[in-house]
Amino acid sequence: MHELSIVADLFTIIEEKARESGASRVTKVRVLIGELSGVVPELFRTAFHSYKKGTIADRARLEIKITRVKFRCLRCGKEIKTRDISSPDFSYACPFCGSKEVELESGRDLYLEKLELET
Amino acid sequence: MEKSKKEVLVLEDILGSNKRLAASIRQKLRENGILAVNLLSSPGSGKTSLLEKIGLCLKDRYRIGVIEGDIETERDAERIRKIGLHAWQITTHGACHLEAKMIARIFDQIPADLDFLFIENVGNLVCPASFDLGESLRFVLLSVPEGDDKPRKYPEAFITSQGFVITKCDLLPHLPFDVERVIGEAREINPKLEVFKTSALSGEGLEQLCAFLEKKLEELRKQNA
Repeated sequence: MHELSIVADLFTIIEEKARESGASRVTKVRVLIGELSGVVPELFRTAFHSYKKGTIADRARLEIKITRVKFRCLRCGKEIKTRDISSPDFSYACPFCGSKEVELESGRDLYLEKLELET
Repeated sequence: MEKSKKEVLVLEDILGSNKRLAASIRQKLRENGILAVNLLSSPGSGKTSLLEKIGLCLKDRYRIGVIEGDIETERDAERIRKIGLHAWQITTHGACHLEAKMIARIFDQIPADLDFLFIENVGNLVCPASFDLGESLRFVLLSVPEGDDKPRKYPEAFITSQGFVITKCDLLPHLPFDVERVIGEAREINPKLEVFKTSALSGEGLEQLCAFLEKKLEELRKQNA
């Protein structure tokens, strides 16, 4: 359960951006969570709503967009967009050439994408 | 008066502050020619025992420090000090992983003339994978009693590591653990993983592991030269 630590870092950014924009309140927070970021969206949501109390975002809604994992095949060089990495028929092998030499390109990222502010 | 709403695009990495701090730790360690290795695994898979053996194997020729991450107690740091190495205990009091700021807090205590700095993360195969601590190498450990089905269940730990250490291999004759399967699965997730089959009890594989660490230290110092 490291989501709370991550949410604490998120709030540091939210408060800084809100201050820079002269906002009186943050009403919506949208984050991008990579499927392989190690963050569980539901736990992130719980952590967000307990952390927000008493902050500038105390009434903010949270929107989460899950970003899919992308691999690159080291043999044929093609980009591999995955479906659901936790599904039982998911394979790390390249669907184009069958190679098992694939490298992760994205899907570990955690981003604060945008904020909706009241000024 | 009606309040006006506006949307601002931020696109900022939430773990950015941890990553920036980790990058500065990595740079300082590298400038001093110190190879830092972060060890990840579940509790009880043998991180401390492995470090004791690595320490005994390398301590006559190198200066070694160990940062021990645990939720409570100084027990692991005491074990490491007993074999004559520097050790610093970080107790997280509940947190399930180490973060770069925890390393930064004790950074001044780390002697600049170390050769190796090992960081034993809090026992947990999930959360520590998300936090860069400024290491040059990351090892994931898996012990034979834990079972051979773990890499796909915990992909992030395997994807972010450069080394995969299978521990307690002396138990292989007694347990249904398919070494080739686990190595195959780990390399499917991360084809660049270096794999070591070890036993802290019998000493199996420790020589290869220490030789790999020495090679990595040499490479780091060549880059500095």
